[in-house]
Amino acid sequence: MDAKVFDRGDIDIAWCPGCGNYAILRTLREALAELDVDPRQLVMVSGIGQAAKAPHYLRAHVFNGLHGRALPPATAIKAANPSLTVIAESGDGDMYGEGGNHFIHCIRRNPDITNIVHNNMVYGLTKGQASPTSPIGLKTPVQVDGVHLEPFNPVAVAIALDASFVARANAQDREQTKELMKKAIAHRGYALLDVFQPCVTYNKLNTYQWFKAHTYYLDESHDPRDRTAAFRRALERDRLPLGVFYVSPEKPTFEDNAGLYREDPRPLYQRDIDLARLRDLVQSFEAGT
Amino acid sequence: MGSAMRDRSNGDISVVLCGQAGQGVQTVEFLLTRLMSRAGYQVFATKEYMSRIRGGANSTTIRVSDRPVAGAVDRIDLLIPLNEGAVEHVVSRISARTVVLGERQITGDVPVLRACTFFDVPFTAIASAIGNKLYSNVVAVGAIAGLLGIGAEHLRASVRHFFAGKPSGVVEDNVRAADEGYAAVAKVDLPHELTLSEPNRVPARGELLLNGGEAVGMGAIAGGCNFVSSYPMSPSTPVLTFLAQQAKNFGTIVEQAEDEIAAVNMAIGAWYAGARALVTTSGGGFALMTEGLSLAGMLESPLVIHLAQRPGPATGLPTRTEQADLEMAVYAGHGEFPRIILAPGTLADGFHLTQRAFDLADKYQVPVFILTDQYYIDSYYSTPAFELSRIGVEKHIVNTSRDYRRYESGATGVSPRGVPGYGEGLVVVDSDEHDEEGHITEDAQLRVRMVDKRLAKGVSLLRDAVPPELVGPPDYRNLVICWGSTYHAVKEAVSRLERDDTAMLHYRQVYPVPADTADYLRRAERTVIVEGNATAQFGQLLHLQAGIAVTHQVLNYDGLGFSVERILHRLRDILA
Ligand SMILES: Cc1ncc(C[n+]2csc(CCOP(=O)(O)OP(=O)(O)O)c2C)c(N)n1
Repeated sequence: MDAKVFDRGDIDIAWCPGCGNYAILRTLREALAELDVDPRQLVMVSGIGQAAKAPHYLRAHVFNGLHGRALPPATAIKAANPSLTVIAESGDGDMYGEGGNHFIHCIRRNPDITNIVHNNMVYGLTKGQASPTSPIGLKTPVQVDGVHLEPFNPVAVAIALDASFVARANAQDREQTKELMKKAIAHRGYALLDVFQPCVTYNKLNTYQWFKAHTYYLDESHDPRDRTAAFRRALERDRLPLGVFYVSPEKPTFEDNAGLYREDPRPLYQRDIDLARLRDLVQSFEAGT
Repeated sequence: MGSAMRDRSNGDISVVLCGQAGQGVQTVEFLLTRLMSRAGYQVFATKEYMSRIRGGANSTTIRVSDRPVAGAVDRIDLLIPLNEGAVEHVVSRISARTVVLGERQITGDVPVLRACTFFDVPFTAIASAIGNKLYSNVVAVGAIAGLLGIGAEHLRASVRHFFAGKPSGVVEDNVRAADEGYAAVAKVDLPHELTLSEPNRVPARGELLLNGGEAVGMGAIAGGCNFVSSYPMSPSTPVLTFLAQQAKNFGTIVEQAEDEIAAVNMAIGAWYAGARALVTTSGGGFALMTEGLSLAGMLESPLVIHLAQRPGPATGLPTRTEQADLEMAVYAGHGEFPRIILAPGTLADGFHLTQRAFDLADKYQVPVFILTDQYYIDSYYSTPAFELSRIGVEKHIVNTSRDYRRYESGATGVSPRGVPGYGEGLVVVDSDEHDEEGHITEDAQLRVRMVDKRLAKGVSLLRDAVPPELVGPPDYRNLVICWGSTYHAVKEAVSRLERDDTAMLHYRQVYPVPADTADYLRRAERTVIVEGNATAQFGQLLHLQAGIAVTHQVLNYDGLGFSVERILHRLRDILA
């Protein structure tokens, strides 16, 4: 399929020139095209932030909800209609800060959705405050002495929660990122893809060069089924591993556990109430029984 | 001896059970209400309980009559104290005409009881002799049945039904316990007040015995609800539990979310994908949902919220009742957008309004509230069969074409709602201000058009407003106004006034206030608002929306809710 299918034509894009978001958007379109995802079956869900605008820049169904709240609707959309491909895409502040509780519990719930997080280690849209993943020492207009808080490690947290797919990418490596996106989208169950992305306006520390110098790709020696090894890799700090850290593909999904699609694949909007059963239920409250 | 007033109609007995949490008051309540109803009586039961698992003091009031009864009373005709301290817990409700059935050894010599008739029945000793102290509750049920002259065959059938599925030894022991309780009072002479008229009837066909939580839960199912996401919080939890237990039967997805924020955002996502979703919560939980409510306003998403009120602020009184979250429901959520708030009065309302809430939400693409409270959710009574013949889901989903635009403008403000995967179009929704396609915009003119479009729905939806119900003479001079759960208590109090110049006006849609309100208020010389809060919130809302101030207020905010007597007493003062 041609990636142009996802093209919205000549639209105004609100990102800064040189922003890492452009690469992620382009790569995602290519990954979707290579997977032959029909835009009419694709729902892009996001929160609020610069990264969260991405769904508007691609032809698909869009649910652009509240800051921090992409995962709950994404979970529900997939549960209400499992034939849809659902991607929740937002920034690190959105997913790990405001939405941190949902991040944890979405992993536990394991809906069959893909979670792409643009991780620029800063709050872009609100003009450069620290994000949960900001490195210690990053100075901002609010963190005037530099960040003191221990950075949030989404990959380690996800592995600790036995997430069914955990990977990390670097936006500027378009080929590798595309392959990781394809794996994440094709994976059955919750898939986290944390994507390093420079913020050219507000993060002068984690630049294109910095990411290049401080990352490396996991090779065949890493077994993504080995949770302990995956966790150890997730804790590495000097050079940050990229690639698939961990997969736990046998877990039942949220939709599986809901049970109602086992015999009947119809999405909820096609279903009707069972009046006979309702009548029986009401009758079970009849007085004198 | 407090407010216990003795102006009850004959053949209407108020039985009060009082004991510690965990002592089985609920079992006795369940057994007794089913038993009375099996024997042909109409029953009403309401409970008050403390926010704890064991200990404390809880009580249940059961009214038994050969006529419909559905309001709480203070008066106690027959008291069954199950533990030490039980009498003290309900002391203000005891009068010299209260008959006590219990174990003297447990209650001790409480001064207030000296004037009362006391039937000392050794429940515990009888139970122990049969083999287990735990049977003492069933002994008590037997004794109550005996005292009220209920046929022993009904008693045995009810006990068997209740313990069905238990080992036969347990069933037979309990039947014996009931029989021995029954026999223990066989020789006592009953005070006249405690005689029930012969029911003279078998329960009418389809007559139901259920509580408010069950009525709302079944209403949701009837409304096509197939997705529930919520976080437990008293007193809204019974609806969540009910729907979870029915989920397999009706193909519903029921999820306990990590918090109320997730719950409401899930529900909105579910509606977006074509489900019919409900959240059930209480004040504090709803406070967390308010940003989501505003999201529903902006996305023009349908949403059904069951908000069961309890006293606040903050954690307040978790297991008690109040009607003080009306203003929060009216004003919650930043920005301006329409909504509908329905407040069931009867159990049939709980069923039909909740069912209707789903259709209204879908039709107008607005949030719809079902506003109840602890009293409503936890109270049971016998009610005529629900009308099921017209139940059928009105779906308002369109098959989209290639050029589909989610927020296409039109006169009513309501744009056809598509769902992803149904048709050729793309469904784009955005919490930012958006264009007709749903994409983010900062165009000022478009902004104005979109605000006007959303607010236009607030006018359109008045067409489906649920009118208030007038009970009493249409040429009234005094109008007693109430809303939601106080329906029956106010109705009974107003009827006991026996005045042909006084009527009751009950609102089951509290927002937007139905258009004929001003006419109703203008016709009255005196208007009395009866509501369960300290600031007359609905009275204020009527003033704001209909332009007429109510002249008198009857308010209650002790957490225990209104009784018929207290309303009657206040109305007599005001209307004297
Ligand atoms: C409830 C709420 N709080 C705060 C905001 C303001 N806000 C919008 S985006 C954002 C953070 C954006 O950072 P990130 O998610 O990392 O995305 P980026 O802009 O960097 O892509 C904040 C704080 C909001 N919209 N809603």
